[in-house]
Amino acid sequence: MIRVVLPAHLRALAHINGEVHLDIADLVTQRSVLDALEARYPMLRGTIRAHDGGPRRAFIRFFACEQDLSHSPPDDPLPAAVAAGAEPYLIVGAMAGG
Amino acid sequence: MSAVRVLVGTRKGAFILTSDGRRKQWEVSGPHFAGWEIYHVKGSPADPDRLYASQSSGWSGQVIQRSDDGGSTWAPVGNKFAYQGTPGTHQWYDGTPHPWEFARVWHLEPSLDDPDTVYAGVEDAGLFRSADGGQSWQELPKLRGHESGPSWQPGAGGMCLHTILLDPVQHGRMFAAISAAGAFRSDDAGQTWRPINQGLQSEGIPDPDAEVGHCVHRLAMHPSRPDVLFMQKHWDVMRSDNGGESWREISGNLPTDFGFPIDVHAHEPDTIYVVPITSDAEHFPPEGKLRVYRSRTGGDDWEPLTAGLPQQNCYVNVLRDAMAVDSLDSCGVYFGTTGGQVYASANSGDSWEPIVRDLPAVLSVEVQTLS
Repeated sequence: MIRVVLPAHLRALAHINGEVHLDIADLVTQRSVLDALEARYPMLRGTIRAHDGGPRRAFIRFFACEQDLSHSPPDDPLPAAVAAGAEPYLIVGAMAGG
Repeated sequence: MSAVRVLVGTRKGAFILTSDGRRKQWEVSGPHFAGWEIYHVKGSPADPDRLYASQSSGWSGQVIQRSDDGGSTWAPVGNKFAYQGTPGTHQWYDGTPHPWEFARVWHLEPSLDDPDTVYAGVEDAGLFRSADGGQSWQELPKLRGHESGPSWQPGAGGMCLHTILLDPVQHGRMFAAISAAGAFRSDDAGQTWRPINQGLQSEGIPDPDAEVGHCVHRLAMHPSRPDVLFMQKHWDVMRSDNGGESWREISGNLPTDFGFPIDVHAHEPDTIYVVPITSDAEHFPPEGKLRVYRSRTGGDDWEPLTAGLPQQNCYVNVLRDAMAVDSLDSCGVYFGTTGGQVYASANSGDSWEPIVRDLPAVLSVEVQTLS
């Protein structure tokens, strides 16, 4: 089970309370996590990354295990603690705006 | 008993105000989509319970929301706005070619007769259409693809397609306006387009009467007389009596002819409203006095409407999509300010009162008259 934490404005958009829990049969990567997330919540398509698996939106960041994974290749394996469900995969709205 | 529903888009959410036909007591619901910019909310003329809202944020881009119950509940629909073909370039602020990039939906215009058909005017300037209630969007590419497109430049607010007018008499005729390209007309439901800017004079561009390059802020028409168009340009208030083939200035005795919104009385096609703003550098009312100006002669002769509006120390703006009218017997006129007030007049502008105050900056106001 993969734990995903979304920023508040996207939780509101998708009517999500708390963490999202995803089961991913394949290799746990940023791409496979986002694919599964968007499959369950289609309204999130285009709000985290471009449509059709495109690049991350500029003011969205990806963190896990105290690492910034925003610039990591999307098909790299996520840390083992994320794959095991011990640590969440954090989708974060950058500190910007007003 | 008739009723009125006012749809307000703000920098931090949408608000819906409702009243009976007397327009004395208002119920306010919201914020809907709290924290998001709501550029526009508009209802279908064919089904007043069908509403569309443009929701966006710098973090997460564009979302389109749809309500099928007059705004009580909402659901996101499609948000994929892909320019058709290779997008190409337009001019950037410095004159260099810049790739066309979708930023947001500025304006949603539901079809006059089909609740599932809706048009979207977007930044960078393009026109999209959905025929399935907003689930999917297809560009009408010949507007952006007009031969002048590579020369278009953005206005200070971005290169936005902000006005879409659908002709209720001549089927297939529609108008669009773009900052800062100008006004355009299609006579075949958006399949082909041509500029309609003859008579416009803009001192801020190299050729003041060029075919394109004018910063049109807003167009308006009365549905009974769609060949007559009114325009608030960056500077100048203009009128066309021939569907945009030519324009003449009607600024007349306005204290300043800079402004953003323009609208037409519901029952008097020659009664029009503008909100003069000091200048392009000072986006607030002259002398700190918030005045709507009304012409009952289709332009040239204007009277200030001040009753109930602040006449000192008022330095708000009224944005291009933030004025609307209802169609009750005594026409109601509404506008929202960047200071978060929505003012209403139930008597064609003779007197005003705020129907809500202290909202986030108002981006758009639309009104539905409900039977």
